[in-house]
Amino acid sequence: MSDVRSAVISRLRSRLLGKHAPSYFLERGVIYALLIVFSAIFAIPLLWMVSTSLKPRSLLFVFPPVWIPQPMLWRNYYDALTFFPLVPYLANTLYIAGFNVVGHVLSASLVAYGFSRIDWPGRDKVFILVLSTMMLPGVVTMIPLYLFWRRVHMVGSSAPLHGFGPLMLPALFGGAFNIFLIRQFFMSIPEELCDAARIDGCSELRIYARIMLPLARPALATVALFTFLGSWNDFMGPLIYLTSRDQYTLSLGLRQFQGQYSTQWNLLMAASTVVTFPIIVLFFFTQKTFIQGVALTGIKG
Amino acid sequence: MSRTVRRRLITGLLFISPWIVGFLGFTVYPMLASFYYSFTTYDVVRSPIWSGLENYTDLFFKDALAIKAIYNTVFYAAIAVPLGIVVAVGISLLLNAKIKGLALFRTIFFLPSIVPVVASTILWIWILSTNFGLLNAALNAVGLPKVGWLVDPNWTKPSLILMGLWGFGGAMVIYLAGLQDIPEVLYEAASIDGASSLQRIVRITLPLLTPQIFFNLITGLIGAFQVFTTAFILGGASGTAAVGGPANSLLFYSLYLYLNAFNFFKMGYASAMAWVLFLLTMLTTMIVLRTARTWVFYGGVQ
Repeated sequence: MSDVRSAVISRLRSRLLGKHAPSYFLERGVIYALLIVFSAIFAIPLLWMVSTSLKPRSLLFVFPPVWIPQPMLWRNYYDALTFFPLVPYLANTLYIAGFNVVGHVLSASLVAYGFSRIDWPGRDKVFILVLSTMMLPGVVTMIPLYLFWRRVHMVGSSAPLHGFGPLMLPALFGGAFNIFLIRQFFMSIPEELCDAARIDGCSELRIYARIMLPLARPALATVALFTFLGSWNDFMGPLIYLTSRDQYTLSLGLRQFQGQYSTQWNLLMAASTVVTFPIIVLFFFTQKTFIQGVALTGIKG
Repeated sequence: MSRTVRRRLITGLLFISPWIVGFLGFTVYPMLASFYYSFTTYDVVRSPIWSGLENYTDLFFKDALAIKAIYNTVFYAAIAVPLGIVVAVGISLLLNAKIKGLALFRTIFFLPSIVPVVASTILWIWILSTNFGLLNAALNAVGLPKVGWLVDPNWTKPSLILMGLWGFGGAMVIYLAGLQDIPEVLYEAASIDGASSLQRIVRITLPLLTPQIFFNLITGLIGAFQVFTTAFILGGASGTAAVGGPANSLLFYSLYLYLNAFNFFKMGYASAMAWVLFLLTMLTTMIVLRTARTWVFYGGVQ
């Protein structure tokens, strides 16, 4: 009986919603047409980047533009990478990014625990202070920080790893946004779990490490992913702090490469593709974390 | 304070101690220091020399480039942010129409936003090239004249806005999440009452999406006030020697601040610029927050 009823209701509903009216099909048609046109426009630049990266010089300035060069000049990648020292730049970038990921995940989760699982007087007022620091434009603290790092000889230091200090050490002190993200997640984990552990004589540090961290894996993954992207993409930090070429990151190196080979568009696009490709691969492997993380930043705002 | 409360206080403070150290060392101290520097003349080599309000009066009344930078930045923010919201909301609405292939479309729209900014800027310099760029080739194909996207001072900022629109994917994801939270019943009820699709969008969807629009408006404005990397790379690529682009049309506030600090070594002046930016950001945020009451619609629907 109930099957018949629900069938009738859904039929009625679809009639009311006009799912069979001609205007419904027209509307769908317009929506698909718009989406196809817009998505084509949005896809073109990246396709053009890859297309250009495979062209010989002679095809660069041809009109109308050629999309699929015959033959594809994979050699451009080889050439680009002989001028653009990918491996050292990549190593520098991964070194900085790796340190930042580990540092931020550990420090932000520790702090988030203190803001969500331990009930101390004044906690929520201090947390508002944490949130308010997110509003501060980076340039306000930029100059004194630069002068500070200079004073401790971490700018332009010839020691290979020393010069990365200004780009790495801040990770040990938890970023406000990361603290916020992990705290929100911690809040959704039942307090009873921790209380039970406390009754069994578990220390807070142990509860943090053994109960909260494993349960908060999705939030930690989001922080790790965004931190990694932030380091990979960062330009202003390396621009200010890295003075010798062998310390350059991919972003800074790419910009330097562009300055030198400003008209060799096939090589420039090959290098740009090389810098972009890992991020796109990362996106496809971590899509869920990616999309949820971005959505999370907006929902609670 | 009882013993247990004191104990919890100590444990809590120990857990947040990394943040406390970072807050004091990387926020409080630099803020105080830059506030002090902003009243000095400071070239790094010699110690700061007190100069009172001179940096601030120079900034507002004497320095034509600073005025230009403020104009460029406000112009960019005033157009890029609202336009970005319209495009992102529009495409999100299309994607929310229970279409087939959502995942594919969403990926296409999202990918540009994760392209490293240096790579995307270099790509756009190539696309926007006056003589050999793809965009001018497309214009040419439909019989329109060439545009000097990155060489004509009137077109450099529109070019930058165009580039920004391409990377709207982050905002889109936020809108899509918001759209999914709108209860289906509301649409059904409206349909039964005879509401058209347009009415449903205007009367139900948009009002219920205002929290996300509001969030993107605030973060968008803060971001637009600080635009740096794209302008820095574009400015240097236009063929002119100056970093500010043709006729300084790409001299944005943060870029000019950077130049003052690290090219001209005017640390005091740059600090004053930083504080002005901070105060302007706060002021703008407060004004937007104040208006929120009249147009942002928070929940209440189950």
